[in-house]
Amino acid sequence: MNCSVPRGPLLTVALTGMNARADNPGPGVAVARCLAEQTRHQVRLIGLGYDALEPGLYLDGLFDATYLMPYPAAGEDAFLARLAAVQAAEKIDVLIPCLDAEIPACIALQDRLAAMGIRTFLPDAAQFALRAKDRLAEAAEAAGVAMPETRRVSTPGFFQTCTREGWRYPLVVKGVFYDAVVAYDAAQAVAAYHRIAAQWGHPVLVQQHVPGEKYNLTALGDGTGAMLGAVMMKKRAVTDKGKAWAGVCIHDEVLLDASTRLIAALKWRGPFEVEGVRDRDGAYHLLEINPRFPAWIYFSHGVGRNLPAALLDLVLGHPAPSFPEPRLGSLFIRYAQEVVLPLSAFEAVVTGGGRPQASEIQPEEALS
Amino acid sequence: MTNRARSEASGELLLPADVLKRLALSDSGFVFDPVTGDSFSANATALSIIRHAQHERDARRIAEALAQEFDVGTAEAERELIEFSGVLRRVVG
Repeated sequence: MNCSVPRGPLLTVALTGMNARADNPGPGVAVARCLAEQTRHQVRLIGLGYDALEPGLYLDGLFDATYLMPYPAAGEDAFLARLAAVQAAEKIDVLIPCLDAEIPACIALQDRLAAMGIRTFLPDAAQFALRAKDRLAEAAEAAGVAMPETRRVSTPGFFQTCTREGWRYPLVVKGVFYDAVVAYDAAQAVAAYHRIAAQWGHPVLVQQHVPGEKYNLTALGDGTGAMLGAVMMKKRAVTDKGKAWAGVCIHDEVLLDASTRLIAALKWRGPFEVEGVRDRDGAYHLLEINPRFPAWIYFSHGVGRNLPAALLDLVLGHPAPSFPEPRLGSLFIRYAQEVVLPLSAFEAVVTGGGRPQASEIQPEEALS
Repeated sequence: MTNRARSEASGELLLPADVLKRLALSDSGFVFDPVTGDSFSANATALSIIRHAQHERDARRIAEALAQEFDVGTAEAERELIEFSGVLRRVVG
């Protein structure tokens, strides 16, 4: 599907993050919507998912084809082999990884992907490691940005004795890639520790909880230290997992300055999201830097700064576009909807590993 | 430091000028703070107080302008101004 006004060569863009559970959606579908609605590049979109029930795999109005990939835990060789098979069929020009767990593999494979004709715009391994949740304090200190005390925890016994070391409940128990639980006592913290360790592995992190209002910033790093196209958002409603269900576009110089210093210190290359909290005294505290577009990235298009489209400019080696002032006060409100699909579509993913030329599959095929 | 703390520290009745000036106001009384993302509705008197305060720091002059606009005594307008300034500190601060 050609989703844009033709300009320049047709770019085939593959993206991941097709999961879209209402309480914690992946960013891939939102990135695809940004690319489908931009007008600077002529694109066709390929969706890459990990599970047959990821809804992005069935959004025929958005994706030209969709494929299942091996989970990142299967290793880089399995990822590359599957991508090579998809590449043979689809001739991918650009890959935009949208999930934290797959980005290390994409970084490690950058040169081999380039040799296959697949371009990326990612940080190097050292930059990626420095923004990891268990090392972010180093980057925050280098940038002069406050951050709640954070520590790696290797035994649940820590939560029984931590108050003797100066920790105060509530604490936030976090997975190294995903998940965060506010624990109000040791019992809650231990339960969160076991669940997160089982789901996401070690290390498990503990962070001092900072009460206040949460703010988010998304932008692009150009790799030289510059931050491009920042869009700031305050959550107005959240899901049970704390993910944004509604948000409003804001402009806060303090958040902008802190993020600018962080990205300059990291020399970040690629999309990112900064999450912070403003405490009751008005001071900002850095919580996380996510190494990808956030799930609310469609809002960037909505306020006039289509960051996925700008990423394509950077991937192609073009100068970054000029960004208009974001439309402050614009609001987004998320909603969930059902996608009805023929059995043949689900069958194609389960048994065939994907849906080449997805938009050409007709509903009648499932009924014949 | 919060806006409320800045205002109280300065001993001024009104919120800091930069905070008041950044507030986006609509004729319907909808007020939006583009820095915090907070919004609230203000009645006609409150909206008028904010509009005056965006351009005038002298509380006495604001009260006189309010008195003229709403056809009340200056003392009453001053009381309204003091009361609403406290409310505004809690909402925006």
